[in-house]
Amino acid sequence: MHDIIRETANFIALNPGNISYLFFVGFVGGLVSGFIGSGGAFVLTPAMMSLGVPGLVAVASNMCHKFPKALIGSIKRAKYGQVDLKLGIVLGISGEAGVLYGAHIQEGIKKSFGNAGSDLYVSLSFVVILAVVGGFILLDAWKTYKSGNAQQEEEKVTKLARWVQSVRIPGTMVYFKSLNTKISILFTIPLGFMTGMLAATIAVGGFIGVPAMIYVLGAPSLMASASELVIAFVMGLGGSFKYAMSGLVDIRLAMIILAGSLFGIQLGAIGTTYVKPVIIKVVMGAIMVIVLFSRGLMVPVYMSQLGLIPALSETMAKNLTTVSSWIMTFALLTGAAIVLRSMWQGRRAEQEIAGKKAFGHGQL
Amino acid sequence: MAQHSMNPKKKPIGKMMFFGVISIALYAILLVKQGLINEYVGQGGLYAVLPIMTAFIFSFFHGNFTGNFWTVLGIEAAKKKKEVK
Repeated sequence: MHDIIRETANFIALNPGNISYLFFVGFVGGLVSGFIGSGGAFVLTPAMMSLGVPGLVAVASNMCHKFPKALIGSIKRAKYGQVDLKLGIVLGISGEAGVLYGAHIQEGIKKSFGNAGSDLYVSLSFVVILAVVGGFILLDAWKTYKSGNAQQEEEKVTKLARWVQSVRIPGTMVYFKSLNTKISILFTIPLGFMTGMLAATIAVGGFIGVPAMIYVLGAPSLMASASELVIAFVMGLGGSFKYAMSGLVDIRLAMIILAGSLFGIQLGAIGTTYVKPVIIKVVMGAIMVIVLFSRGLMVPVYMSQLGLIPALSETMAKNLTTVSSWIMTFALLTGAAIVLRSMWQGRRAEQEIAGKKAFGHGQL
Repeated sequence: MAQHSMNPKKKPIGKMMFFGVISIALYAILLVKQGLINEYVGQGGLYAVLPIMTAFIFSFFHGNFTGNFWTVLGIEAAKKKKEVK
């Protein structure tokens, strides 16, 4: 272990430039996380690495900012009655196991196929999962708009969720307030496990966790995205401790990102009280599909490094990498823009109603 | 804001200042003493407790500061739906 520490504990020097950069990225990431439960983390690891932070230290420091951020976000959203603590903890614990298994697979791939193999695995996971799940979420949001139900607070429970809620397995049934019924934890364990595996692979478990709670278990979008913060806290705390044991956490970087992300997560959480549930799906689906293109561009780069396809020219590989990281940043900014816009519209509508009421009562 | 004119609420400026000052002090210590802090945190093992505790302490003070910060700016949750269910 000490060898790892010596190799990687070369913590970077901080200056006003990189402090402001991390603060800003933290803020935008926090804003999106506060709204959809996760989703800011995937930009932070590459952002830190672009400053010269070694990969493992970046992953560890990212995780160490994630759990306190998720804690503050979940407390805030619990005040709005959106958190199902029990569901979050149950999924979070099985998620922890998924994180450990996911990290183990990653290590195995790295050993057998080297860094390019590991990067290809991560990118392919991104592409496949984001295409399937992100596409499904966007399609669902589109259908909701088309059916004219976008303004409704109530969401339709899927057929699959109705079936899951109807299965009775004695000794495994647990009541969850977000579902308003008992379900078997035999359904939640694999979902939590997959969330954890994804968190260990692409740093955003919520891309599985939130849709799973909505479409498989039948939780409302707002409660699913809020409870995801509890999962992120449970998984992040365990993961951070594991990395900290190896001395990999750069606590300065983690706390600087936290400085920005706590401003963002409070704002994102407030934003959820102004929007219709379908907006959560729109933001999540949009981010997922844009990130999918970003990662998709990197697949040929890694494939050529592994010799699976003819080698790309250096300029080509460099251009693809640059475009990919810009698209990723664009994904996060798009998410943040939708959150701020919806919040602004919601606030304006509320003020207009309040104004009319006051006028009606002769107070203005 | 119209609703504020109906029900003027006291803004938590004092609280924001209190948590803000402590947050700034914590960040100042973190940056001024970064060499010493990195030395301990980088050792790993049982010292893993240090970054975890640091994260909790920072999140408490800075979390309270940022929460009060938005309230002071008048950005609060929608009045109509505090509860989802």
